[in-house]
Amino acid sequence: MDAMNMNAGTPGADPLEFYGTQVSSRLLLGTAQYPSPAILADAIRASGSQIVTVSLRRESGVSKAGQSFWSLIKDLGVKVLPNTAGCKTVKEAVTTAQMARELFGTPWVKLEVIGEDDTLQPDVFGLVEAARILCRDGFEVFPYTTEDLVVAEKLVSAGCEVLMPWGAPIGSGRGLNNPYGLRSMRAHFPRIPLVVDAGIGLPSHAAAAMELGYDAVLLNTAVAKAGDPARMARAFARAIEAGREAFVADPMEARDMAAPSTPVMGRAVLAD
Amino acid sequence: MTSPNSYDTESTQAGKANVANEMRVAVVGGGVAGLTCAHAFAQRGARVTLIERRAATGQGCSWFAGGMLAPWCERESAEPLIAELGFESLDYWRRTVPDVPQEGSLVLAPPRDLPDLKRFSRRTEGYEWIDGARIAALEPDLEGRFDQGLFFPTEAHLEPRKALAALTTKLTGEFGVRMAYESDVVDDESSLTADADIVVDCRGLAARDRLADLRGVKGEMLVLFTREIALKRPVRMLHPRIPVYVVPRGDGHFMIGATSIENDERGRVTGRSMLELLSAVYQLHPAFGEAEITEIGADVRPAFPDNLPRIRKRGRTIYVNGLYRHGFLAAPALARRAAEVAFEGAYFPEVMDEDRREW
Repeated sequence: MDAMNMNAGTPGADPLEFYGTQVSSRLLLGTAQYPSPAILADAIRASGSQIVTVSLRRESGVSKAGQSFWSLIKDLGVKVLPNTAGCKTVKEAVTTAQMARELFGTPWVKLEVIGEDDTLQPDVFGLVEAARILCRDGFEVFPYTTEDLVVAEKLVSAGCEVLMPWGAPIGSGRGLNNPYGLRSMRAHFPRIPLVVDAGIGLPSHAAAAMELGYDAVLLNTAVAKAGDPARMARAFARAIEAGREAFVADPMEARDMAAPSTPVMGRAVLAD
Repeated sequence: MTSPNSYDTESTQAGKANVANEMRVAVVGGGVAGLTCAHAFAQRGARVTLIERRAATGQGCSWFAGGMLAPWCERESAEPLIAELGFESLDYWRRTVPDVPQEGSLVLAPPRDLPDLKRFSRRTEGYEWIDGARIAALEPDLEGRFDQGLFFPTEAHLEPRKALAALTTKLTGEFGVRMAYESDVVDDESSLTADADIVVDCRGLAARDRLADLRGVKGEMLVLFTREIALKRPVRMLHPRIPVYVVPRGDGHFMIGATSIENDERGRVTGRSMLELLSAVYQLHPAFGEAEITEIGADVRPAFPDNLPRIRKRGRTIYVNGLYRHGFLAAPALARRAAEVAFEGAYFPEVMDEDRREW
């Protein structure tokens, strides 16, 4: 029943690569706020997602006290992308990333440096600095950023090979606040994998991001807080697949006037 | 069943006629699950010994419980089963222990988080939308602070520590339940459980040695004392990241809870958790900012992967576990089921995932 896996490894597949790792699912799923680990597992399976983000700031406590939750996730056979959620300074983010590398045995890290509590907007200055430190230290950094092109340039020159601009503030469910900015970013970085991260509320938002040519979508709350998370995860998987297909299929241009799809001239006139 | 042992001798001396039919039950664990199980078995005439590793009952994670008997509110985030068990348990507590005020519960959100209130209302029933005037009528000290809220009139709350103390007194007095404190029973061959017909294992997370799919979910709480504000009923404040509840404990005390963190770390209360709980409750009413902190605490709730409780019967042992955040809400209903499993061979598919009917 897993549409995403049908593509995996088949000819004509449309794989996506993050730091040399190929995935076929273009949906990255966050693991916070689900009603239970069992429902989280159902949602991950239904999403076909191959990468899930995990926050470890809170769960770690002392002496790896969150192990049982993490092993539930590991057992699902997905790739874990640890994040630095909630970190507000470069130092915090770097330390958290190092802890994550040790705990999960992966160089991947979703880098969040939060600048502002009300919008959870990234502190782009701290983000660039932390990205520079982590990339130099061998991390493969997925930075959560805004659609600002200059910041994006600096992240790329710091060594980031993926960019993750926000759609809207984290948890807001508002969709793509600035489609123009996201489109410019796609045009500016035609070859870097771009992931819309945060602010997605509905499958149609995710489809819109994919239609803009984004490579993937990362979301959490929209699935976790749905009445039926597994079902919503499946809806997102389908929307993301549809949006991707539409982008690859090269959609028509919108126009102001009607354009008949059958010719008006020379039409047979049937007497009645 | 009829092999001679000291208990038989005792009860024969007491002149009980039905001695041969008396089931000897050892309940292990004196939290809310163990005490309600002891009650359910004793009510059916079993001779119950309750084994508790601490010096008194109710000292584990039950000690830190909120004591909200709020099946409708829980319905927002929990499976329908929890509400179903909750209605039965609500009724049990009102019949069994004194002082279970049925004042309902109030769910509020700051104006910017109104979408969360709407979402909450969509997921449950048993409430009415109320406006600022009605909120002020119910809780005068919250006047002018909230424009909208949800009121669940049929819900109740209790003081967990007092309730478990009352239940303990009832068990030892009315029902002759024998308490074996400071006894750590993990081994079925140990002397305290050796001659029992049925062992009811209610050890919570400590039963992880037998129930491998149990995990711990840490919860932190605090108690505030202030005379500046009074509340009649539990109030929940919604927030996308930091939901908080306040349960009035009487005499100026308010229990504030609770975090829910995916780890099994006992007892360590973090600054961040306190900061978040306090800032959320300060938003409910600034008087909480000036209140005295009289207690902080943390413990670990036992939970299965779906956060739903289980009864499992293996041989003569019945496990009652995984009550998660729903100890007081689920325990009496589970205890009743556990007793029916033992006495009548009943089977409850909603809570029994291992159907072993070899007995």
